[in-house]
Amino acid sequence: MLYIERWKLILIALICALGFVYAAPNVFLSRGDADVQSDLPFYVPYRTINLGLDLRGGSYLLLQVDTDAVVQERVESLTDVVRSALREERVQRQNLRVEGHGVSFELLDPTRTDEVRQLLRDEDPTLEIETTPEGRVTLSLAEDDLAELRLSAVNQSISVIRRRIDETGTREPIIQRQGDDRVIVQLPGVDNPQRMKDVIGQTAKLTFHLADTTTSAAEARQGALPPGSVILPGQDTGRPGDQAEYVVRKRVIVGGESLIDAQPNFQDGQPVVSFRFDTVGAQKFGRATQQNVGKPLAIVLDGKVISAPVIRDAILGGSGIISGSFTTQQVQDLALLLRAGALPAPLTVLEERSVGPGLGADSVAAGEFASAIGLALVIVFMIACYGLFGIFSVTALILNLVLIMAALSILQATLTLPGIAGIVLTIGMAVDANVLIFERIREELRNGRTPVTAIDSGYRSAMRTIIDANLTTLIAAIVLFSLGSGPVKGFAVTLAIGLITSMFTAVFVTRAIVVVWLRRTRPKALPI
Amino acid sequence: MRLLRLVPDRPNINVIGIRKISLVFSAFLVAASIVLAVTPGLNFGIDFRGGTVIEVRMQGPADLAGMRTQLAGLGLGEVSLQRFGADTDVLIRVQEQPGEDQSIVIQKVQETLGAGVEYRRTEFVGPTVGEELKEAGFIAVAVSLLGIFAYIWFRFEWQFSVGALVALMHDVLATVGLFAITGMEFNLATVAAVLTIAGYSINDTVVVYDRVRENLRRYKRMPMPDLLNLSINETLSRTVMTSLTTLLALIALATFGGEVIRGFCIALIWGIVIGTYSSVFIAVPALLWTGVTPVGVGGGSGQDGANDDENVPATT
Repeated sequence: MLYIERWKLILIALICALGFVYAAPNVFLSRGDADVQSDLPFYVPYRTINLGLDLRGGSYLLLQVDTDAVVQERVESLTDVVRSALREERVQRQNLRVEGHGVSFELLDPTRTDEVRQLLRDEDPTLEIETTPEGRVTLSLAEDDLAELRLSAVNQSISVIRRRIDETGTREPIIQRQGDDRVIVQLPGVDNPQRMKDVIGQTAKLTFHLADTTTSAAEARQGALPPGSVILPGQDTGRPGDQAEYVVRKRVIVGGESLIDAQPNFQDGQPVVSFRFDTVGAQKFGRATQQNVGKPLAIVLDGKVISAPVIRDAILGGSGIISGSFTTQQVQDLALLLRAGALPAPLTVLEERSVGPGLGADSVAAGEFASAIGLALVIVFMIACYGLFGIFSVTALILNLVLIMAALSILQATLTLPGIAGIVLTIGMAVDANVLIFERIREELRNGRTPVTAIDSGYRSAMRTIIDANLTTLIAAIVLFSLGSGPVKGFAVTLAIGLITSMFTAVFVTRAIVVVWLRRTRPKALPI
Repeated sequence: MRLLRLVPDRPNINVIGIRKISLVFSAFLVAASIVLAVTPGLNFGIDFRGGTVIEVRMQGPADLAGMRTQLAGLGLGEVSLQRFGADTDVLIRVQEQPGEDQSIVIQKVQETLGAGVEYRRTEFVGPTVGEELKEAGFIAVAVSLLGIFAYIWFRFEWQFSVGALVALMHDVLATVGLFAITGMEFNLATVAAVLTIAGYSINDTVVVYDRVRENLRRYKRMPMPDLLNLSINETLSRTVMTSLTTLLALIALATFGGEVIRGFCIALIWGIVIGTYSSVFIAVPALLWTGVTPVGVGGGSGQDGANDDENVPATT
């Protein structure tokens, strides 16, 4: 017989009531309010639906960390280690070169092989060392170390990116690792994506060197480059005194990692960056400037000499100024980058998707309007076709929408534009289960059953079909979720939530309504 | 009480009788779709092809010809412009540039168009990601089809799952054909649409198949063509109603939902029409060819059998 236990009715009513409670913040709270209350416990209904970047406006960036560069750097530093270790012990070698992820060289005196092996082991115990009786030595980085090196480069990049983004004042950024060497950055509300890319993507490796005054760049180009020096390009500014190229000592006096602060500033009306070193950095810097008064100091940023002022006095206080041909914006960004620290490896932007706030707002408005029209059409259609039972199913449909909103708010799933399409699609599909049931009931009535048995068997026999039909769509939704990025994922989430809530409302809620209605009116014939 | 009755109470359409016609029609549809997908081919969006898309809003009605000349001078290769919804809105597509980072395109376009332009959307996909997305999209479609196929096999017999798979492939290919013939952009959202269509179409197919299975147990002596026709006609009202409600909602979205999502909605609308057609005219007649017989039908799995009795009405 058609009967639902009291506790089931109460449970169904309770779930619907909770749906209203948790969906309510979306109507009564603005986003700002919800943010303020974000320290409330999880069960308090303050959360609103999390809008995706395509609806809020903002930037999505997929970045790749060039971990090969880190490995390369490590291998190159290995050659320096070998060179100085052998020099100290007066071991003669030839053909020192980089080979894959390692370094190889040949000893002129093969009898010293074991000694060299021990020597290098002392320098760095993690190295894998192979030797041949002919005196050939191959050093390579262990696989584990390489993996560790790459991993830490990515993790370090993420924390640098986070610091930089925080410095720009962007709210609620999402920064996460993807795969081995990729980073996803989501920046809601950013309206100048290019600046963010510049801020995030610049390596910002700052180093101070002594300029090599023994030769000019032109002579060095001719082959007179002293060992231990390197030719670096200058900034293309056209300012008097700036050179196109500089000859600079390779040895770093002090690097950006020793900075503890950097601020945009003005000197003689020009925008400059003032900085301060930590104690160790200040000492190194002080000593170097003391010994080289009168010589130019090269300030190198990402392989470019941004300025090369002549040292007038020893700088002992540990603070100084970087001048160059900067705009105010550039000075602000440079100070920000120096504060946040250098990236351990270069970053490449693989993918960018930015939506301006105008388009986002338009999409929300259009999506809401279209959903309302779609809902109205379906309501009219269902009532026209099924009369009173149409009203029952429309009630369930509206409940379904409320439950979707509540579920999205509770799960903090992201609603995207295709996600709105997913909801509209579920509006259409949610009535499917009811149509199945109602058509079944009609059929049973035509077969001469009483209203009660027709309803009972209508619900019962339609049930399996409903589950089969929804599960197949759920399979597609799950695959979409695992495939998807951003918007498509949002579509999969709303589709899946909609399928589940619609099964609940179409089957349990309408059944409860119908049972209560039957009990109250005890109709002789069904208006279906 | 009922104002609207779209399908008569006891429809009697001889679907199986015209199966040769529907088969020829579908074969033509699928063949044409495949041919069109090869030449002229699909208009792949930047998701799969790489490149840059910039949606701009000008202050007045956009001068497309002028903009085209301006942007052609940038040396960025193929640049296409298209009005996008309103008169002031233009969608600029620029082909993939060498290297991963395509930001240079956005910078150059911004420099060229100057001030007073609202950049509503800027997107680029580099070559690596484009390749990956193409692969992921293909895998997603394949995995979903296989998953659905496996589920139908588990719930019914293999004859049913083959029929369902044929109908599904039909829908997927016909949707690809729509994109080929209209030149609408084929992107990641399209793949999402295709998968949704697959899920929706199988939904319809399952409903009819369920009824076929039920009738196979009920009328053990009825000839197969009659039984299939009966099953189709018994579920026809539901099939039509469901498709109509979904179409109503989608047409509202395609009309008022904005330019960004229109292509996605059109794909879904087409897919639902074609999916509904294939569930009735392809998936069911396919059961004749795969050789479903009343004898073989005992429920797809063990636990199924237990429920079956209560689902079959006692009187016939």
